[in-house]
Amino acid sequence: MTNEQLKEKVLSLYSGAQIAEGKQLLTVTVPAEELYSLAKKLKESDDTAFDYLMCLSGVDYPTNLGVFYHITSTKYNHSIALKTTTADRVNAEVDSVYSLWKSAEYHEREVYDLLGIKFTNHPDLRRMFLDDDWVGHPLRKDYSDPLNIIER
Amino acid sequence: MVEEVQNKIDTEEEYTINMGPQHPSTHGVLRFVVSLKGEIVKNVQPHCGYIHRGIERMCEKLTYQQIIHLTDRMDYLSAHINNAAVCLTVESALDIEVPERVKYIRTIIEELNRIASHQLWWCAFGMDLGGLTCFFYGLRDREKILDIFEESTGGRLIQSYNCPGGLMNDIHPNFQQKVKDFIKYFRKVLPEYDQLLTGNVIFQERTKKVGYISKEEAINYGLTGPSGRGSGFACDVRKRAPYHMYDKVNFKEILYTEGDTLARYKVRIDEMWESMNIIEQLIDNIPEGDFAVKMKPIIKLPEGEFFQRVESARGELDVFIVSDGNKNPYRVKFRSPNLVNLSAINIMSKDQKIADLVAISGSLDLVIPCMDR
Repeated sequence: MTNEQLKEKVLSLYSGAQIAEGKQLLTVTVPAEELYSLAKKLKESDDTAFDYLMCLSGVDYPTNLGVFYHITSTKYNHSIALKTTTADRVNAEVDSVYSLWKSAEYHEREVYDLLGIKFTNHPDLRRMFLDDDWVGHPLRKDYSDPLNIIER
Repeated sequence: MVEEVQNKIDTEEEYTINMGPQHPSTHGVLRFVVSLKGEIVKNVQPHCGYIHRGIERMCEKLTYQQIIHLTDRMDYLSAHINNAAVCLTVESALDIEVPERVKYIRTIIEELNRIASHQLWWCAFGMDLGGLTCFFYGLRDREKILDIFEESTGGRLIQSYNCPGGLMNDIHPNFQQKVKDFIKYFRKVLPEYDQLLTGNVIFQERTKKVGYISKEEAINYGLTGPSGRGSGFACDVRKRAPYHMYDKVNFKEILYTEGDTLARYKVRIDEMWESMNIIEQLIDNIPEGDFAVKMKPIIKLPEGEFFQRVESARGELDVFIVSDGNKNPYRVKFRSPNLVNLSAINIMSKDQKIADLVAISGSLDLVIPCMDR
């Protein structure tokens, strides 16, 4: 599918999606509670067949926390980026996509570890790199560690 | 204590042991918590983070030229490819078209890098399975590639040869001749690898039908690179989303469908042949021209998100940059092929013998600094 067709397809699946034309990929922004159902439809519908999650990344924006899903189809070789944001910084929650793509397990654990976004329905949400008793989430912009991060 | 363990083994109760963090077969600091029933593996829980350096956080304070030097330190065995990933992201964000000469040189050095990485993997894999001789054969040949790198780039293991807009400096006048000499030499000695290890009965026994993963599972777990192609998952980014010169050269995407450790081994051996084919098509035709585009001393990316995929020696490496228009990136994410490949180790090693776990983790070709970042 070309980007134009993908755009129509996404809008037919969820009409509230905001679609921005990126440099190479379409970026589809959806609210956190709609993300899982849209991702499920995109994966399971025959003409999109997004069966491979390339990359899942979290971003700490000034006003909210964002999660990006870069997905592609091994059958049709088209790709798309899904984006969702959550304004709640203390109890940020997004539905886990583990049941769709198993590779999300480690990606989501990493995002939870470094940005503190909780993924509901994740089978084993623990910290990935840091100790279990670590305080704070280092990739947040307001994280401070006077001992190891020297501000210049 | 000993009696307690003995009791547990006798009663066939599951028990847990630690493999690592300092285990010779993990080639770095990685810890597996293995649940066993007798010597049958029931569950493997990898624990990462022993060399987590916070590279993504550091990148947020650095300029785009400086980031190059950190990406070397992620997957140090395909350092040049990591550099290229960041350079390609910056160049495509700024709509910079690099000269043909740069594309040729980048492709050649990337393929040399891939051969060197597979060679080191081959020696270490043989050594993990008890064939120490492999180690000497592999390192003997890898040295020749490192010499070529040293002459042109100044670095042996980590080169930092790419920079946004092109290369740090031009290639050495001897480069083409030395690469041709190496290919001639390596075409002669690569069959020795097969004679030494591939046909060995003990090696075959230890790898055939060990660590099986199906194509559907490989896609679902995001198993990329030679590990994914051993299961028949056509995941080669060089074919699927070509960059550099890969859409202009002829090469085969190596696919095996067995999905076991031996298939993953064979993919890597065949890839070395394919890499040599790619280099031979390019080495005589390097066009004259500049080795870099003149860039501004301070690079500012436009606001937005930029995504780039490349094929590193271990699998798909993705760079995702979020920019707010400043000279530093707002957020950089590296999708480590190793971390994602590691997530499949649990189902690959289920109901296998504990001794085969070494073969399985070896066949994934894990580089720990890339995983931890």
